[in-house]
Amino acid sequence: MSVQRDAVIASNFSPPPSAAETSSEKKFASSFARHSLRDGKLAALLLFLPPALLLFTIFVVLPIGEAAWYSGFNWNGFGRPTNWIGLDNYRFVFDSRAFGLAFRNNILIIIVSLLVQLPLALTLALMLADKFRGAVALRMLFFLPYVLAEIATGLIFSFVYDGDYGLLATVYRWFGAEAPHLLASPQTSMFAILIVIVWKYFGFHMMLFIAALQGMDRNLIEAAYIDGATRTQSLRYVVIPLLYPTIRLSVFFAVVGSFQLFDLVMPLTRGGPADSSNTMVSFLYNFGVTRMRVGFGSAVGVILFVICVTFAITYKRWFMRDE
Amino acid sequence: MNNSAVASRGFDPAILYKALFLTIVALFVATPLIATVLGGFKSLGELRTNPFGLPKVWEWRNYADILFSWRYWELLRNSLIISTLSVALTLITASMAAFAFAHIRFFGSSMLLNYLTMGLLFPAATAILPLFIRVRDLGLLDSYFGVVLPQVAFSLAMSILLLRRFFKDLPYELLEAALVDGCSYIAYFRHVTLPLSRPILATVGTIAFVHSWNAYLVPLVMLNTDALYPWPLGIMVYQGEYSSEWSLILAFITLTILPTVLLFLLAQKHIVAGLTAGAVKG
Repeated sequence: MSVQRDAVIASNFSPPPSAAETSSEKKFASSFARHSLRDGKLAALLLFLPPALLLFTIFVVLPIGEAAWYSGFNWNGFGRPTNWIGLDNYRFVFDSRAFGLAFRNNILIIIVSLLVQLPLALTLALMLADKFRGAVALRMLFFLPYVLAEIATGLIFSFVYDGDYGLLATVYRWFGAEAPHLLASPQTSMFAILIVIVWKYFGFHMMLFIAALQGMDRNLIEAAYIDGATRTQSLRYVVIPLLYPTIRLSVFFAVVGSFQLFDLVMPLTRGGPADSSNTMVSFLYNFGVTRMRVGFGSAVGVILFVICVTFAITYKRWFMRDE
Repeated sequence: MNNSAVASRGFDPAILYKALFLTIVALFVATPLIATVLGGFKSLGELRTNPFGLPKVWEWRNYADILFSWRYWELLRNSLIISTLSVALTLITASMAAFAFAHIRFFGSSMLLNYLTMGLLFPAATAILPLFIRVRDLGLLDSYFGVVLPQVAFSLAMSILLLRRFFKDLPYELLEAALVDGCSYIAYFRHVTLPLSRPILATVGTIAFVHSWNAYLVPLVMLNTDALYPWPLGIMVYQGEYSSEWSLILAFITLTILPTVLLFLLAQKHIVAGLTAGAVKG
């Protein structure tokens, strides 16, 4: 609001745009040519760029390079790495049953995100995009879990699942059934976590869809109705296709997010029992960080890095070419 | 005519299904939250027999004990210090870089921007061990900055992209006029760009704050001293100590998520705006 207003005020002070000046880009380029030396462009660059570049290089890029380097050593993190073992750490990772489980769990999370979470979010967005009494309140309620910390969410659900005091156990007791200990059994721990994931993240995707629906050109939908389309038809042939860019983005976030999942697992199960509910990051933490097996942990990090980057690049190339 | 339309709408099964569906989802979302808040008011015995309903006897002591404990406030203080430092550093460094990328033409500009936006592609966990060793070698282990600097570094990519897009949308005529008048880039940035960019700065700042406030992995690895723990670490320790005292733990959870929820209600516009702007255009 105020930006537009100030812009209007400011434009009164600059010469009115002439027909010759077709693009402001060109205009900018010419002004840059005239003033570049006098205005201390170099001084500005030397002030503006280094802080971000240095922070990013020191705390993001170098550590990733070092992860690749450390992954070749059997090293506990003290002194300098000397015991070079080549690719053995990667072999240990891939041979580990726990890593296989963790990888499977990450895939499971992706599947549930795509098959349960996104359809649920889309349905709710279609219901809540229009204003009606309570729509805004429901939107905020559904978005609230996303804002809560993963740790708090995990603790809340370890209460829900608690075999003695939990909400679920009470429901079972109403029906005279034995209370289950979902988080304590390797067969059910991951299932319990998947429900928490849906609970926590569907609101985020719903918000993405609502934003897209509200930015949509209403005339197209009106036109479909005028042409005699039913509600389902206009949804199927107009609204959903218009949402494809957002759906592609939502899928991207769901997949990348599921590779990062860690904080939620810790308060619920810490990856157990018997490593049944580890994700790749909690595997990295449990097997690399807590035991300070720097080489082994770094190898896991590199594998995760390669998976994330490969996925991001491939997905962008295949599905998001126009954006 | 009018009456029949109203009547038929009243019996429209689609609306009924919709209301039913929304109610079920709302119950699914709200029940754990409400049970947590109320659970903090119950005795352990009542929690077991009556976990859903209102407390028959309101046990204010659970909440009072925590509110009068030094530990709770210490956790909040640590979180507040870490998050404030993160937000300040993110805003300063990201807005300066975003300004350079938006308004100054220089050789390698797009290459450097691509370099920085690589940060979007992977989680901090990929390099957590080398990051730990780096922070240790810099002597920053067990200090607020050991947590803040990595957090800022990992949030730069998104922040710079959001800010750069906004800066680019500000009218060029402004910059042109300022330069003609002999204004330097640095003065222009301070006196024109930043004041005009308050909405996007608020959005980027809010997101950086929420991320830092909720963060777990980086503080977990970088901090060893209880006295420096932010609340997500502190609450895990607390839960470990009182493992089945669920009334106390629930009260503690409620009191720690309270600031988050208040912040969300205050800043929800910025949070949602940032997420969707970053998502749909980023």
